Amino acid sequence: MEIPLDYETLRVIWWGLMGTLLIGFALTDGYDLGVASLMPFIGKTDEERRMAINAIAPHWEGHQVWFILGGGAIFAAWPFVYAVSFSGFYLAMFLVLSALILRPVAFKYRSKRPDPAWRSRWDWALFTGGFVPALVFGVAVGNVLQGAPFRLDSDLRSFYEGSLIGLFSPFAMMTGLLSVAMVVMHGAGFLSVKIERGAVLDRARRIGSVAAVASLVLFAAGGLWVANGVMGFRLEGVVDPNGPSNPLFVKTVAAPGAWMDNYGRHPWMLIAPILGLAGPVIALLGIRRHSHVLNLAGSSLATVGIIATVGLSMFPFILPSSIDPQSSLTAWNASSSHLTLWIMLIVTLIFLPLVLAYTAWVMKVLFGRISLRDVRTNPDFY
Amino acid sequence: MDMAVVELSRLQFALTAMYHFLFVPLTLGLSFLLVIMESIYVMTGREIWRTITRFWGKLFGINFVLGVATGITMEFEFGTNWAYYSHYVGDIFGAPLAIEGLMAFFLEATFVGLMFFGWDKLSKIAHLAVTFLVALGSNLSALWILIANGWMQNPVGARFNPETMRMEVTDFYSVLFNPVAQAKFVHTVSAGYVAASVFVMGVSAYYLLKGKWTNVARRSMMVASAFGLASSLSVVVLGDESGYALTDNQRMKLAAIEAMWHTEEAPAGLSLFGIPDMEAHETHWEVKVPYVLGLISTRSLTGEVTGINELVLKADERIRSGIVAYDAVEKLKVNRTDMAAREQFERHKADLGYAMLLKRHVADPRAATDQQIMLAAKDTIPNVPLMFWLFRIMAGLGFFFIGFFALAFYCASACQFSKRWFLKIAVAIMPLPWIAIEFGWMLAEIGRQPWAVEGVLPTFLAASSLTVSQIWTTIIGFTLLYGALAVIEVRLMIATIRKGPVEHHEPEEVRGQAGYAPLPAE
Repeated sequence: MEIPLDYETLRVIWWGLMGTLLIGFALTDGYDLGVASLMPFIGKTDEERRMAINAIAPHWEGHQVWFILGGGAIFAAWPFVYAVSFSGFYLAMFLVLSALILRPVAFKYRSKRPDPAWRSRWDWALFTGGFVPALVFGVAVGNVLQGAPFRLDSDLRSFYEGSLIGLFSPFAMMTGLLSVAMVVMHGAGFLSVKIERGAVLDRARRIGSVAAVASLVLFAAGGLWVANGVMGFRLEGVVDPNGPSNPLFVKTVAAPGAWMDNYGRHPWMLIAPILGLAGPVIALLGIRRHSHVLNLAGSSLATVGIIATVGLSMFPFILPSSIDPQSSLTAWNASSSHLTLWIMLIVTLIFLPLVLAYTAWVMKVLFGRISLRDVRTNPDFY
Repeated sequence: MDMAVVELSRLQFALTAMYHFLFVPLTLGLSFLLVIMESIYVMTGREIWRTITRFWGKLFGINFVLGVATGITMEFEFGTNWAYYSHYVGDIFGAPLAIEGLMAFFLEATFVGLMFFGWDKLSKIAHLAVTFLVALGSNLSALWILIANGWMQNPVGARFNPETMRMEVTDFYSVLFNPVAQAKFVHTVSAGYVAASVFVMGVSAYYLLKGKWTNVARRSMMVASAFGLASSLSVVVLGDESGYALTDNQRMKLAAIEAMWHTEEAPAGLSLFGIPDMEAHETHWEVKVPYVLGLISTRSLTGEVTGINELVLKADERIRSGIVAYDAVEKLKVNRTDMAAREQFERHKADLGYAMLLKRHVADPRAATDQQIMLAAKDTIPNVPLMFWLFRIMAGLGFFFIGFFALAFYCASACQFSKRWFLKIAVAIMPLPWIAIEFGWMLAEIGRQPWAVEGVLPTFLAASSLTVSQIWTTIIGFTLLYGALAVIEVRLMIATIRKGPVEHHEPEEVRGQAGYAPLPAE
């Protein structure tokens, strides 16, 4: 079969699509992670907490699919990355999965009994289901930037030589906190458009401004750290972006500071870090001027900018190896075959717009602010 | 490879997959039962059917959420515990999983929220459409996961690429229309429909025995008995035996299920009973029905069903051919442009996986002795006694359900479900579909051993490079978490069933008090 796009182009498109997926996940499921992390603090009474829960209740299931789809898409487009990262970050993955398993159950089961102890337990389960994944995702990104301790043998079997504790380096802790601050800012922004005026909304605005300032500071500090730290990798010699997906064919070296290379070569990429810095400021402005739309727009722009910054700084690297740079995974050497990338692109072009369309329709049907009255009277509410 | 890591990884996968599959069948079947019930509501406009739909919808929701939650683990477990597998076949296997997310999970998950929260926001027809989309989404997800699983049983449309050291797709259409996958899909969703029908029958029978909610119960039983009869017929008639003649491993599976050690003259007989002996390669106290097996599995009077011993000899041959392919791959690793090695590979590539079976007995398959080759060939025999009995229990239950639903169908017209003995049976048999379903999964996956992907990649090579203590940590963690969730789920189910289909009425005046009362959400 003749494939109309060459391998290199498809690999770049898929790099972009994976970034889009990750951003889609952070923008949608970010609401739920943020609101869940806020659960013990956002409401003083059960009814107040139920307002926050019911603001996301009809949507979290759909949002979570972005995460599941992310797993499936990495498997299909970058099988190497799927294999190396999830088996390498084994216990961290287990933490994330068990926290995420708690979350849907907590949404659904919390309301089934009126007992305050029962509900308080599920509030903490929700908090775990929001906070832990947000932190671990951020820590993982920090480790990806620094390189993970794995090597490949000649059969391309991967061996990981790190530990769970080893993931929590100072830099990774900082990216972890940035990730938490980002989703909390976004979750608070979402609540501010979804909840009627009152105590909960005031608290969301207050927590939102703290989170926005934290995001701004942590993102700027992270940028300085990357620019002046010892991180970075480079490909050496002849790189064939159309070549077979085998990391051992291209020479890779550790090159401190190399994560800034792309911005020198392609200054347009600076738009990403600029968005990452401007987003939290816009969110703050929105909060101060009581413009909830501006608030949500700011937190969304920040999310897009921060994630895009990581991706663009590293391109074409996806997962560099700190102990054996030769084993590093890039967009050129870790992808699926030409045919699989093409088939999956067609499938995505058909179904992703469809998904976005019906998600928007469902949002529209359920549009409107949640009020205390709804929580008290609607029998379908959690 | 550390065999303890492999065995523990298999244990964890089996635990998490079987647990996940306690919830999925009910989701698959109950979603369509909801569509039927709500359709009746839309067509007749009678409030009772709205109550019925909303009641079963509540139970659907409690169950659905655990299916979703435990499904998260499944999507990532190939990467965490089967990393070499993920690398080796991800080019083919990853695609159906990603499409499943894009096409099916988004559909069911986005609309399920609207299904629960949209009763007052949508017209009757629109809400029915939403319910239908949830059912469609969950059933489509079964289609894609079984296309992925079918490929493991019959890996069509792919070839090994020595440059990337993995399998790559050559023909996506044959992956999609893999006959094994199609047979598995129909068989599995039908089994889910049977499970849901038995569930609805059982709960309704409980109400009738107690004399509560009889209006809801009798109507629910009518729907479930018709749906269950059709599904139980489909699950048996369209059982996936039809795919058993396709590959050596599928043939081995069939031979193991029948404990048929030697090829028999066509058409072969079907064993009803026997004690298979793995050591002596024979079956003691066998009771056979002549002709039936040949008829079922080959759909002809002349088709031969191959015996286990003959299949082992064939595996021996393929291992020897595979060693030649393996040798070529090793040469290509050193020199990518070695044309002679490439040619050598092309001639023997179909058997490459068989050479890898040797890695369990010798580090370099090229150095294998005749004895080691024979050992590896015998590894292709799965656990025969286990297969033999799993199948008999599963198939026996399948026939039992046909009888049960035929009786239910008769009862519906003859006595309006008034016979207490029938109602007691309906309650008592509620766990049986789950036994049949879990046994069916075990049959398919244990029967595939020693392969992760038949003829391509042995299971013992597929696992991640983990330590035993890491895997124990997650096995214990998942067991505790899943165990706690199971207890909570069952208690909530029982509480909801006890409470019955109460429709909530809005309180006339909202009391402005904070705290934990009043609690309109059940």
